[in-house]
Amino acid sequence: MMDSNIKKVLLLGSGALKIGEAGEFDYSGSQALKALKEEGIETVLINPNIATVQTSEGVADKIYFLPVTPFFVEKVIQKEKPQGILLAFGGQTALNCGVQLYQQKILEKYNVQVLGTPVQAIIDTEDRELFVEKLDEIDVKTIKSHACETIDEARRAASDLGYPVIIRAAYALGGLGSGFCDNEEELNKLAEKAFSFSPQVLVEKSLKGWKEIEYEVVRDRFDNCITVCNMENFDPLGIHTGESIVVAPSQTLTNSEYHKLRALAIKIIRHIGIVGECNVQYAFDPESEDYRVIEVNARLSRSSALASKATGYPLAFVAAKLGLGYGLFDLKNSVTKTTSAFFEPALDYVVCKIPRWDLGKFRGVDRELGSSMKSVGEVMAIGRTFEEAIQKGLRMIGQGLHGFVGNHELEIDDVDAALKAPTDKRVLVVEKALHSGYTIDQIHDLTKIDKWFLQKLQNILNTYTELQQRGAIQHVDADLMRRAKVQGFTDFQIARAVGLESLIDAEIATKLVRELRKQMGILPSVKQIDTLAAEYPAQTNYLYLTYQGSGTVCSDSVAASPTLAHDIAYENDRRSIIVLGSGAYRIGSSVEFDWCGVQALNTIRKNGYRSVMINYNPETVSTDYDMCDRLYFDELTFERVMDIIELENPHGVIVSTGGQIPNNLAMRLDSERVPILGTSAKSIDNAEDRDKFSAMLDRIGVDQPAWAALTSMDDINQFIDKVGFPVLVRPSYVLSGAAMNVCSNQEELERFLQLAANISKKHPVVVSKFHEHNKEIEMDAVAKDGEIIAYAISEHIEFAGVHSGDATIQFPPQKIYVETVRQIKKVSKKIAKELNISGPFNIQFLAEQNHLRVIECNLRASRSFPFVSKVLKLNLIELATKIMLGLPVERPEKNLFDLDYVGIKASQFSFNRLQKADPVLGVDMASTGEVGCIGDDTSSALLCAMLSVGHRIPLRPAPASSGSAAGTLVPGGILLSTGPGKQKADMLRAAQQLVEHGYHLYATGGTSRYLAENGIPNTLVHWPSEEGQQPQALDLLHSHDIDMVVNVPKNLSVGELTNGYKIRRAAIDLNIPLITNSRLASAFIDAFCTKSLDDIEIKAWSEF
Amino acid sequence: MKNVTLLLEDGTAFHGKSFGYEKPVAGEVVFNTAMMGYPESLTDPSYAGQMMVLTYPLVGNYGVPPFSIEENGIATFMESEKIHAEAIIVSDYSTDYSHWNAQESLADWLKREQVPGITGIDTRQLTKVLREHGVMMGKILFDDEPDNIPVAQYEGVNWVARVSCKEVIRYNEGAPKKVVLVDCGVKNNIIRCLIRRGVEVIRVPWNYDYTQLAFDGLFLANGPGDPDMCEEAVEILRKHMKQSKKPICGICMGNQLLAKAAGATIYKLKYGHRSHNQPVQQVGTQRCFITSQNHGYAVDSKTLPADWEPFFINMNDGSNEGIRHKQHPWFSAQFHPEAASGPVDTEFLFDDFVKLLLRLKDYDGFKY
Repeated sequence: MMDSNIKKVLLLGSGALKIGEAGEFDYSGSQALKALKEEGIETVLINPNIATVQTSEGVADKIYFLPVTPFFVEKVIQKEKPQGILLAFGGQTALNCGVQLYQQKILEKYNVQVLGTPVQAIIDTEDRELFVEKLDEIDVKTIKSHACETIDEARRAASDLGYPVIIRAAYALGGLGSGFCDNEEELNKLAEKAFSFSPQVLVEKSLKGWKEIEYEVVRDRFDNCITVCNMENFDPLGIHTGESIVVAPSQTLTNSEYHKLRALAIKIIRHIGIVGECNVQYAFDPESEDYRVIEVNARLSRSSALASKATGYPLAFVAAKLGLGYGLFDLKNSVTKTTSAFFEPALDYVVCKIPRWDLGKFRGVDRELGSSMKSVGEVMAIGRTFEEAIQKGLRMIGQGLHGFVGNHELEIDDVDAALKAPTDKRVLVVEKALHSGYTIDQIHDLTKIDKWFLQKLQNILNTYTELQQRGAIQHVDADLMRRAKVQGFTDFQIARAVGLESLIDAEIATKLVRELRKQMGILPSVKQIDTLAAEYPAQTNYLYLTYQGSGTVCSDSVAASPTLAHDIAYENDRRSIIVLGSGAYRIGSSVEFDWCGVQALNTIRKNGYRSVMINYNPETVSTDYDMCDRLYFDELTFERVMDIIELENPHGVIVSTGGQIPNNLAMRLDSERVPILGTSAKSIDNAEDRDKFSAMLDRIGVDQPAWAALTSMDDINQFIDKVGFPVLVRPSYVLSGAAMNVCSNQEELERFLQLAANISKKHPVVVSKFHEHNKEIEMDAVAKDGEIIAYAISEHIEFAGVHSGDATIQFPPQKIYVETVRQIKKVSKKIAKELNISGPFNIQFLAEQNHLRVIECNLRASRSFPFVSKVLKLNLIELATKIMLGLPVERPEKNLFDLDYVGIKASQFSFNRLQKADPVLGVDMASTGEVGCIGDDTSSALLCAMLSVGHRIPLRPAPASSGSAAGTLVPGGILLSTGPGKQKADMLRAAQQLVEHGYHLYATGGTSRYLAENGIPNTLVHWPSEEGQQPQALDLLHSHDIDMVVNVPKNLSVGELTNGYKIRRAAIDLNIPLITNSRLASAFIDAFCTKSLDDIEIKAWSEF
Repeated sequence: MKNVTLLLEDGTAFHGKSFGYEKPVAGEVVFNTAMMGYPESLTDPSYAGQMMVLTYPLVGNYGVPPFSIEENGIATFMESEKIHAEAIIVSDYSTDYSHWNAQESLADWLKREQVPGITGIDTRQLTKVLREHGVMMGKILFDDEPDNIPVAQYEGVNWVARVSCKEVIRYNEGAPKKVVLVDCGVKNNIIRCLIRRGVEVIRVPWNYDYTQLAFDGLFLANGPGDPDMCEEAVEILRKHMKQSKKPICGICMGNQLLAKAAGATIYKLKYGHRSHNQPVQQVGTQRCFITSQNHGYAVDSKTLPADWEPFFINMNDGSNEGIRHKQHPWFSAQFHPEAASGPVDTEFLFDDFVKLLLRLKDYDGFKY
């Protein structure tokens, strides 16, 4: 059935993880590549996201770490000459790039066939007007929107429709630049922003309060269609589906409603002509069967990844096969292996997706949820009751919740207002309201959340109250205990409800409940996700645990207690190795740990052990049931991990490849005598515990920045008298939720502490000396029995002070002294030996000339492991896993100083999605993703990396008056505010280069003066606070005279913050590239001034 | 809620709670993997004599719509005039419901119609037992009445005779084309689908001899149980097929009766097809359909005589999903093109049937 002319296929990836486009595309891309490989097709992948699984050896035949832009894609096409291209697996980035390639006739020029959905169909779904026309042709109702090209038109459209209206930017991913407007004033503001992202802005009638329902639909070229899954949003329309709790399948639709929308979805996909997969989103009237189609995504999406995980139906894999010309009838169900892939999964469980926000990391950010996405990750919880699923999910998001109940009480002044204006605390506000006696009807009126969901939440609260009323654990009978467990309560929640936790240590209380519960015979059972609700046996081990599985009893003793019924049989052969996953993606922990987990699983499998994964993040490859022998899609809480360990009776558990979550479990698992592979839990604790670690460094004679945990202002002042400003201040996160910060003087210190912290004996503030203008250096290494086997040293481009997760990193290091390297090796050896490390670890150093200080040490894989592994072409996790398995390893011969190329890791920020947040970098991490590009020299690598994370070379079309040919680009305008003296000097050379290359410089007061004094021509522009003086920096941004902004914040003073903030924020809102660090700005400017894009040699990873 | 035990023929027992009518009951235990549509399924006459296990755990969420009756005598939302299933067995009954069109809870409805419902059952495990063993008889026992043990028989019973109408009923009288609908336990949506296409429906009891009636086409409805119990209906059908080449369409039991009339044999499936996601392929084409199904017996394709051929086959287990005559406009489907509940993708079969009634002369085989 397959088109036999297709021998080589190019797949476009989605680049760095960003809000709205995250790990789900690593999963879909990996699946597509697997599908192609199975057919013997040669695969070429373009994706600069070096931390992904899809860019690992063996997944694609050739991998290019290049920006997914028409320029670079054309170059790769030129070189590789593929016959086909896949556009649907790399999110909006790949889709947009594909549409441009098509419109610029590049695909035609090189005779590249788009596999799957034709580009015209993509355009029909992306262009709002075409979309509405298209659906009008088949009498399918859409939300009528008025496409406007000016603000005036938008105003007219809105007053015609009547407020409230919703505004969207056309061709923008995940609702970028969109929102609700209740009046004209709000419309003016929003429309301007939307126009900066897109020449076309859409104004629509708002259907706030309607249900939001999605269908994932598949069609083959023979017109056979299936809907794989439908999903219902817990939150009504008005909250972006990426911001909403979502359940699958739908819970409140009748048969006729479900099938009405299903039939419509199939009608639509046929009419549009999708070949592969698409997603149809509906608004659905809660009071009738009226509906509107919101949108159709003609590609794999976050929802399709969720649907794949929710059902076990591998949508991306199947879509890729259909793109090659197969019919659905040709393919098999990949879970049963015997039945057809042409079917619709029947679920016998309910799944609940919950978003994870990290809004606390951003200064000034708007916390209200709306039609644009802000969450950085998500979890999927599986249960056989809704209560079980949502309580699991709330724990999984990793924000300190114990479930729906039993949390620290939320302090809200006005519950009504909080219910009406949803924020990231949405569910907690509902809990608070129920708790304070609001009726379900009242909450429904304020939130429009369907009463069914509220009733279920009420059930949880009722059980909690009943437990509380029992007053003591001995008064909890088996019936109540079972009900609580069926509703997803943890042993801890039960302990807390009955007051046990207030009497004794929480861990002991929890253990007590666990023991009692086991005595009652109340245990979870393991169920399979099998796509057919047990109608056919499954051949895969895609598992979850539930308490709604009481099992069976034998007839001779009907009264006997039931024996637990698991869906799989346990061998008890001690061949299982459990790898703990990394949980929800969040700022600081995302796809890189998924890569680490997958590498560990691969190594375990290869060496003849049974690989077992526990993880619950639907956006990952590690939760693809094909990646391991057993996948437990379940919680990474101590309780659940122990449940699984008790069943698996494993040879060992790996806690060092999943980031901080598994790392934090090490001590408790160890105390239960769970065999932890590699570095001992005690050593992990010695590195994690600040006091112990510090004492150890002193003991082995390694320096570190002076620090102290302090409990009063006096102590803080005394400490600072000793070490001097600036200092790094870390308030207790639990209490304030505030970020850490650098304070340069007394005024800043006091303001920050006032802002952030309640200092107390229980919650000390950690203050440490902040060393300015220090280099930051990372050591990623693998050791065996305390001896380093392999290592990678990398260097930050920015000076210390920018979080290592936000910094631009070069590997191998380009500008550190040989002496520094020697010392790093020496210190690392000492630490490895002292902690007797076996496995991966990472040390962060500060270098002041050749003087080294250790900032921290993690006895686990770090964020940069995939980056250095791939640049070095040495899989450090494979090596570490072998060591943890006790297999012999040889010291690799590779040395980082032998590399003839350089890798640059650059960070991706998502400030454009985080309304009002100050886009400035500091000691707390703010980036949502990263890329890693390799080049023959630093400039090439840096250019590729910076362009991959959304920067542009600040060129602009030549003005018509210049007489140049159409399309010619000329140097544009650059706005400089380069901060304090030292940074100004840093930037001087770069400013000179810009002028030499014909760029026009605009500069604010001090910078302008400084440049002029140094003979660099520039135009003085004024800060927002300098009212009445012309020209105003903000005006120039709005009039698009500026193509790049370099704004280095000076200090934390109020005036500086406001002025700088306004400019930085305007740059983000108007989609103008912004750099806030002088070292990075200089490096980038130097790169694009000395190297043109055409000079960059197009090389695959394997060609370096 | 009272404690109950579901006891299967092979001795396996499951404990749960009663949420419906409190009466011990027995029947054939069958599982249905549909994720919605409990009002339609419960009123589907094909479930007569059976206790319906729902594999989707959350049931009752959207309550029950009003049991209103339309002018033509057909219930607006239900598939017959009452609940036919002996009992409903679920995992997590939702006491509270939420829907604009709901009039009462599932529990209240079950109590009103005196049908037991039990919850808290590990329906996945139960389904696995049924899958491995095959469907079997089961009993719902109330733990506080250990001696109250119900008895029932499924096989060997003519269930069709029990659920079929007792006299002729006409719908849409005076329409240009007339269809005789043999009621083996017809679902309302079959009647709705025909009426909507502008034909008169003459609904006759399962063993009614319609050969003397004036009509344009014959429709054989779905129904419960073993088709071998319906020899009377098969005889009448054979008689009709000898004297007339008018269009015939059958659904489910109708497919089996048509096959029997043609000379083929029927066998009992191990655990049947009861779901909304059964894939079928039209034989000789690349066209596939997702169908709603509810049957425990199947036509043995190998026994079809030479002038008949399989029309559809099941893509999962290769079983027969429909037959057609090579020359005459006679065809049938094992699945339910009328859906209700389930996907509506194959409703075009009604169009095809009605097209045949209207332009018999132009008929030259099926073209989809």
